Amino acid sequence: MEFFRPATLIDALALKSTHPTALCINGGTDVMVELNFDRKRPETLLDLSAISELSEWSDHGDSILLGAGVPYTRIYQELAEELPGLAMASRTVGSLQIRNKGGVGGNLGSASPAGDAHPPLLASGAAVNVASVNGTRAIDINEFFLGPKKNAMNPEEIITSVLIPKARGGQQYSKIGTRNAMVIAVCSFGIAIDANNKSVGTGIGSAGPTPLRAHEAESYAATHLDWVNGSAVTPEMMKEFGALVAAASRPIDDVRGTAAYRRHSLAVISGRCLKWAWTSTQDMRSK
Amino acid sequence: MRLTCTVNGKVETIDDVWPGESLLYVLRERMGLPGAKNACEQGECGSCSVHLDEILVCACLVAAGQVEGAEIKTVEGLAGATDLHPVQQAYLDAGAVQCGFCTPGLIVATVDLLEKNADPSDSEIREALAGNLCRCTGYSKILDAVRLAAVRLEGAGKH
Ligand SMILES: Cc1cc2nc3c(=O)[nH]c(=O)nc-3n(C[C@H](O)[C@H](O)[C@H](O)COP(=O)(O)OP(=O)(O)OC[C@H]3O[C@@H](n4cnc5c(N)ncnc54)[C@H](O)[C@@H]3O)c2cc1C
Ligand code: FES
Ligand code: FES
Repeated sequence: MEFFRPATLIDALALKSTHPTALCINGGTDVMVELNFDRKRPETLLDLSAISELSEWSDHGDSILLGAGVPYTRIYQELAEELPGLAMASRTVGSLQIRNKGGVGGNLGSASPAGDAHPPLLASGAAVNVASVNGTRAIDINEFFLGPKKNAMNPEEIITSVLIPKARGGQQYSKIGTRNAMVIAVCSFGIAIDANNKSVGTGIGSAGPTPLRAHEAESYAATHLDWVNGSAVTPEMMKEFGALVAAASRPIDDVRGTAAYRRHSLAVISGRCLKWAWTSTQDMRSK
Repeated sequence: MRLTCTVNGKVETIDDVWPGESLLYVLRERMGLPGAKNACEQGECGSCSVHLDEILVCACLVAAGQVEGAEIKTVEGLAGATDLHPVQQAYLDAGAVQCGFCTPGLIVATVDLLEKNADPSDSEIREALAGNLCRCTGYSKILDAVRLAAVRLEGAGKH
């Protein structure tokens, strides 16, 4: 096995173009499991963890540019204010040891329907920046997930960062599992309320071949939330919103849960998320 | 490949390393440091916890090639010449060790927690140690050990 550990992105892109089948490794929390269990034997490993520009984030006014290799621990320690939904989701990932190494670039690289970063990225309308020797492009998060563990990247590309709009209203993330830690979501839900545009974004995890949006639930919430007076979300709204989220999901029965359970629990958690996120939207307003 | 890294304060050079093997394998099989335990090799149990450049990680999930030039601290580096580290002593005194398999990982994770948070609440302890499984104790003595270590370290002004 060849092992490359470039110190700069330019070197990494050059290596990825001459070795398009090289397997990238950053935090290693997905890749090493595959290697340890002999599920993968790549001829080349391309270690991105020494590239400092991938492990930084920067403030771009309305958005945060989050380096692909910033670990989850830093996301919830440093960006909980700007990206509350992603910070909440990050805090549910695995255990401290996993959160210290794993990050959003690896989550997107694996593109599991259960990846915890995906619902908040969908809900806030993020863009995934990828690069190759031929240049860079931004992939709309809505176009990024193509199927279970399949994403829209070309073999010679590397994810460099994710551009995520800062919260313009309340955000929430909720995840169903058997424990409070070390849980791959049975299903999950993220919501981002945009009080400036009077719109609502959603993301459903682990209840379809890819992470999904719940478009009808979004328009329902946008037309029924009381943007003028900020009055509370009613139980009827929670129920209707939850039903529309459940209807947008495409779950299957598997070892972690049945499709029926996933639909039911999605309806419950998404209704609650709407209520909580609306409450924090009002709190943000009154500040 | 030849790997050079610092382990418990000493610069080590190890030859014939396969870059895709885990740091855990390097420590246990190539360096004779069996403190970090191998149980699941998939990040689930925490028994292989070590510090890599001051960060708590599962050694089974780090590729050998990724630690070139890095600083690694294992459970073997905690005790002094004559005394155990206060966290190790607290685990013994609290009766938090039964078969002992999970103990090195839990001790490294506890040291990590108390370095960042000298007086953790019970829920903070639970969150910090959620990645370390123990099949024997039922965890309540482990929580006792962490609280005891926190009190003793606080008293000794070690933070
Ligand atoms: C015990 C355990 C618990 C876990 N719990 C959770 C959980 O609760 N929620 C969750 O979502 N995930 C969980 N995971 C999965 C994993 O931690 C996440 O998917 C994490 O985000 C992966 O990040 P990484 O940097 O470690 O990725 P790596 O393992 O380094 O890489 C993952 C994939 O992405 C590719 N890749 C990495 N970086 C890039 C890049 N910059 N450009 C292009 N491709 C890239 C790699 O080639 C590989 O295919 C868990 C894993 C373990 C072992
Ligand atoms: S052996 Fe590394 S976490 Fe279990
Ligand atoms: S003491 Fe036996 S596993 Fe913890």
